[in-house]
Amino acid sequence: MGYATWREPFVRVVPFAGRYVPKPHDVIVGIVQDVQKTFYLLDIDASRWAPLHTSGTPWEPGPGELDQYLRIGDAVLVAVENLDATGKIGVTMKGDDLGKLTGGTLVTISPAKIPRVIGKGGSMIHTITRLTGTRVAVGQNGRIWVEGSPEGIQRVRECLRIIDEEGQRSGLTERIEGYLRMTGPTDDRGPKTPTAPPVDRKSPDPFGDGSYPPDENEGGTDRNPDIPHNEINEGEGPWEA
Amino acid sequence: MSEAVSAEIQTTHIIDLARTGHRLDGRGVDEWRPVTVEPGFVKSADGSAMVHIGNTAVLCGVKLEIAKPYPDTPNAGVLTTNAELIALSSPTFEPGPPQPEAIELSRVVDRSIRAAETIDLTKLCITPSEKCWTCYVDIHCLDHSGNLIDAAQLAALGALTHSTVPAKRFGVGDRDYPLEVSHFPIECTFVRLGDKIVADPTFEEETAGQGRLTVATDEAGNVVAMQKGKIGAFSPDEVIETIERSFRHGDRLRNLVRGN
Repeated sequence: MGYATWREPFVRVVPFAGRYVPKPHDVIVGIVQDVQKTFYLLDIDASRWAPLHTSGTPWEPGPGELDQYLRIGDAVLVAVENLDATGKIGVTMKGDDLGKLTGGTLVTISPAKIPRVIGKGGSMIHTITRLTGTRVAVGQNGRIWVEGSPEGIQRVRECLRIIDEEGQRSGLTERIEGYLRMTGPTDDRGPKTPTAPPVDRKSPDPFGDGSYPPDENEGGTDRNPDIPHNEINEGEGPWEA
Repeated sequence: MSEAVSAEIQTTHIIDLARTGHRLDGRGVDEWRPVTVEPGFVKSADGSAMVHIGNTAVLCGVKLEIAKPYPDTPNAGVLTTNAELIALSSPTFEPGPPQPEAIELSRVVDRSIRAAETIDLTKLCITPSEKCWTCYVDIHCLDHSGNLIDAAQLAALGALTHSTVPAKRFGVGDRDYPLEVSHFPIECTFVRLGDKIVADPTFEEETAGQGRLTVATDEAGNVVAMQKGKIGAFSPDEVIETIERSFRHGDRLRNLVRGN
């Protein structure tokens, strides 16, 4: 299932579900599965594990010293650097806000719903972090790092569950905002009444926030590699509030 | 890729949360996910049951055939339990010969049913040393979202409770009759998360768990079987507390299986 648009000679499908397929420049969350002599192996929830070489890290460990920096089970925020024809996935930790994730926890949702988590221009993620007082880093592979109070993390988890289950419905940002204002203390002193508008399934703008059809600058949506496009993650990537 | 290591920050978070008496899905430490038991799910089987515990789904089928009794038990029928963890049900399961997890699952379910004398095996004997019924209990995990042991055991008990002995089909009787079930053992599994012991663990909680304890209790107030799993320890007081909790949950789940 998905949402298809025709723009000759291409058909574009925004899927409602599916596994993560790496694309260059994607910011993703990996979990260290193995530490080798010169590289780490990361589980990125894709078709295979991705090696993270020491050249892609800010550290310069000697041979066999890699476990001083990362150990099995550590979570890291990395970016996809290159993909070769055989499907090998190269990742790097060099870049703004990339690195090891300490504290907080990970929440996993369908990678297809990640554009909805970010929202138009980051509206959704800003709403969530502002109203729950948490810090969030969104990985395009469906893993989201959340840090904050236990209550804050639980509320973010609930928001992400709603987005994961109802991501194709309209007015999602308003619904999430309404949920957050209704269910607990918020950092700002906004009105306590939820303002979720009724769902209009016939709307030409199915998401209700102008995000459809997705424009070329919105990250995470399916993109035809033959169409040149602007830098994907401009103003996106890890959202830190 | 069969066993991806989960992130340490996730397990730490689950344990931190448990310390305050909370769980990822908002349940209390002694709260179960919704449980449903659907007997007679597979029409072509002699007995079957589909069990859902939250997102966990287990299907059990019972098949009765005529065979020769084992030489050391000439007056008893045969009970065989088998569990299949099909690769479709979890990213950590692979096709191929049974993994240790599948063997443990079938053995733990088998032990509770056998030890509680759920089925009087002597009644499955037709002619001593010659002919008896063999009862196959086949468990299929369709969706692994944690607490497979309890789901599988509930499914096995539910299937046996509503089974038919196909005597007419095999020409050893005038009519088919219901399989007689004498006792109703129920297994309850707990995992330790920090200083809390939680019931009905999810997949994530099992991964983070620091010790797992399964207690099988019957309707007469007996503990019929126990199984300890994973790395971690329980104090004697905790074991006794866990047994008491198992009786409480067992009574409720038993009514579900018996359709009361």
